[in-house]
Amino acid sequence: MNFIVDAIRWILDPMHFPGPNGIATRISEHLLISFFVVLIASGIAIPLGYVIGHTGRGKSIAVLATGGIRALPTLGLLSIIALSIGIGLTAPFIALVVLAIPSILAGAYSGFEAVDRRTVDAARAVGMTEAQIIRRVELPLGLPLLIGGLRAASLQVIATATLADYLGGGGLGHYIFAGQQTQDYPQMLGGSLLVIFLAVISEVSFGILQRLVVPAGVRSPSVTSRRTETARTDLGRVEVGRTESSETITAAGSPQTKGTT
Amino acid sequence: MNWVLENLPLIGERTLQHLATAVPPVVISFLLAVPIGWLANRFRRVRGTVLTVCGLLYSIPSLPLFVALPALIGTGLTDPSGVIIALTLYGIALMVRVTADGLSSVDLHVTQAANAVGFSEWSRFWRVDLPLAGPVLLSGIRVVSVSTVSLTTVGAVLGVKSLGLFFTDGIQRNIAAEIFTGIVGTVLIALVLDLLLVLIGRVLMPWLPSVSQHATRTTVRSRVAAA
Repeated sequence: MNFIVDAIRWILDPMHFPGPNGIATRISEHLLISFFVVLIASGIAIPLGYVIGHTGRGKSIAVLATGGIRALPTLGLLSIIALSIGIGLTAPFIALVVLAIPSILAGAYSGFEAVDRRTVDAARAVGMTEAQIIRRVELPLGLPLLIGGLRAASLQVIATATLADYLGGGGLGHYIFAGQQTQDYPQMLGGSLLVIFLAVISEVSFGILQRLVVPAGVRSPSVTSRRTETARTDLGRVEVGRTESSETITAAGSPQTKGTT
Repeated sequence: MNWVLENLPLIGERTLQHLATAVPPVVISFLLAVPIGWLANRFRRVRGTVLTVCGLLYSIPSLPLFVALPALIGTGLTDPSGVIIALTLYGIALMVRVTADGLSSVDLHVTQAANAVGFSEWSRFWRVDLPLAGPVLLSGIRVVSVSTVSLTTVGAVLGVKSLGLFFTDGIQRNIAAEIFTGIVGTVLIALVLDLLLVLIGRVLMPWLPSVSQHATRTTVRSRVAAA
């Protein structure tokens, strides 16, 4: 337990806070990397997921692709990218985007699929255009599942971003690797506690957000408690959501995306 | 390919180390999670608390946990026991929820019928509830197995021996073949263990349709999804 006390003392030491290697800098690096990764991954995965979800086409390919990506060990993916494009922030950044896409994609299309087809037919029957159906029916109803996907992706990215510094990318992982080289265990543990702290904050805030976005008309336990994947991603064969035909989608795969770190 | 041929003994050794680190968490977490999941399902009051704790546990990033556990249990950083315990905790976190969901998915009429014909709670668990929740438990343990095998590689950055060392070593020595070997090896181990679990499931639950498992799998998956 002494180590824990030392680690907390290390975190609270004012000397460790400012500066280019200070906790403030490393936390903002970590958060900035995670934020942009999730942003870029969302830019790719959400439109794609919506097209798949709305049209129902390409689902099997999406399921297969997400499953395949998830089966990869995170560290292996990072290493192979780093080897081909060099050490630095770019390699972990690309790897993180690749890892974040499956959860968000699954959240986006399962959000569409989870919408009762009869509701969509009803919307069409009362004269809504396809665009209105997407914007005013499918989107709001699927939002909790989409947020669930973002939640899983953010958690995974914050966790895995710890490995970025293994390839010279900075972030809180720096304390773990720097501490390892100098046998400074309190520093390693302090860095670890900070990452855990960020991960828990992300989980809790997305959990609250997920509850807030449930449309008032459908606030029922079955909708609210549904999370897209499971928690971490990598959860292998986890599935997300189910359709009317009771076919479920698997985010198969694997490894948790817990991947890392 | 040359690299693989020249390093076959090392690959074999790393594979065994990988299995020795990844298999115990899968088995232990299953054995521990089933009773906890049963409790969570049986006593509604503790259910919320237990599931919240599991959710938080599951959200702890793995590398930080690998760093932190040795401090709590007093082992060295490169000792596999820290990784084994951390992976066991993740497995428990996932399986408890799956077990609770699986047991609660058992049809109430069946439970009541079992009570009516005189099953005690103990024998009802073993002979009614557990077999009926079996497919859900199986799908949960398959998820745990795949993710555990993959997570085991992360320990390599701290020096814990597994196929993950091929990643760290491959990067340092600039050998792409070595990294690919690690990736392929990890995925293969995950596949083999998964097949093994499916086979065990067939043997233990021979009443399940083997070819068109569609209906069962659907339920199972949506349970896991809810996790």
